[in-house]
Amino acid sequence: MRPLRLPGMLRGDTGVPTMISPKVATIPGTVIFDGVEAQKGYALNRMCYSFNHAENRAAFLADEEAYCARYALNPEQREAVRKRDVLAMIAAGGNVYYLAKLAGIFGLDVQDIGAQQTGVTREAFKAKLLSAGG
Amino acid sequence: MARHAGVICTSHVPAIGKAIALRQQQQTYWKPFFDGYRAVHGWLDRLRPDVVVLIYNDHGLNFFLDKLPTFAVGAAPEYRNADEGWGLPTIAPFPGDPQLSWHLIESLVAEEFDITMCQEMLVDHAFVVPMQLLWPMGPPWPVKTVPICINTVQHPLPTAHRCHRLGQAIGRAIDAYDEDVNVLVLGTGGLSHQLDGARAGFINKQFDHLCLEQLVSDPEALTRYSNIELVELAGTQGIEILMWIAARATLLGDVTQVHRNYHVPISNTASGVLVMEPRETSGPRERAGSGTRRDQIAG
Repeated sequence: MRPLRLPGMLRGDTGVPTMISPKVATIPGTVIFDGVEAQKGYALNRMCYSFNHAENRAAFLADEEAYCARYALNPEQREAVRKRDVLAMIAAGGNVYYLAKLAGIFGLDVQDIGAQQTGVTREAFKAKLLSAGG
Repeated sequence: MARHAGVICTSHVPAIGKAIALRQQQQTYWKPFFDGYRAVHGWLDRLRPDVVVLIYNDHGLNFFLDKLPTFAVGAAPEYRNADEGWGLPTIAPFPGDPQLSWHLIESLVAEEFDITMCQEMLVDHAFVVPMQLLWPMGPPWPVKTVPICINTVQHPLPTAHRCHRLGQAIGRAIDAYDEDVNVLVLGTGGLSHQLDGARAGFINKQFDHLCLEQLVSDPEALTRYSNIELVELAGTQGIEILMWIAARATLLGDVTQVHRNYHVPISNTASGVLVMEPRETSGPRERAGSGTRRDQIAG
């Protein structure tokens, strides 16, 4: 990780907010869910939003192929869902707030998907969080 | 006239709601977190707020990307919780306060905030969990509520500077409200956490402590960060500090910190609770602790 930038305030100076365009700012391992991502991921996120309703979760489980077709996922999104691959879903425009509803269908919580995205076991991911408490 | 009695900022992680449902408050994992709310309960018992203005962010229950307001104000007689996709038990509706809602709406639009007005509004864990933490015996809820939702889903999000100004405008509206009520402002979310991407699990204690200090002593300092900087420092969901900034700003003058607790981790999140009250009223009143500050920093 890059060194922390603590602009302005720690040095005690004053000034207006420092504006950084999402287009030029990059944070390792992080996607800023902006207009580009929101357009790209609309179909996938729309399907995941439908999972707020139990009958839609049941319909997905009953016939995943038909359900994904109904929401017109593109091939990249369909493949990411088929593989249950969260990083691939994010690359295809998925937003984690909506993806969490899909993950819930498979009994996965945010610690499970955190472990999957960082390539470690759930236990190792939880241990990392505990160690962050120092 | 209404009295703005104080501000509470708190985390709202869904796992907290599950732990409450399963009565796990005294388990080793949860105890340092839930114990941090005991002093809050004592403060609320003395304060007896009539209404809560609850500043939170929706996570894809009431709003979707088809129509996503930057700022939305609830104006409903009641607010229902609903299934967020995980099939968890929902909770009884929260009473609204349409009179205060429309007063806030009139005031905010007069101050040139182009808010969205909602006569129906489902409220998710970011609203429900903090209410459960503050009033563990509820429902029935001892307060009316007015939800104010800030977009933290889809960038561009409102800047910290804008959220601070929104909070100030809410504070002026509360001060000008011509009813004899005690108003509590609640800001929910945070602290540092990131759910998505290869940086999932990111936590930044140093920055969280800085925020906890600055919210009390120099809240405008936090408005100098861009949202990208906040994401870098606090994580993609740590951007929820925007709700804390807005809530703190509703107290227009200096504040006294009544209580705070910080604990890592709850699920993927650095959790915190911070209670502040207007400085001019903090002297003669009975206090939660013996000193001028009550700090419980764990983890």
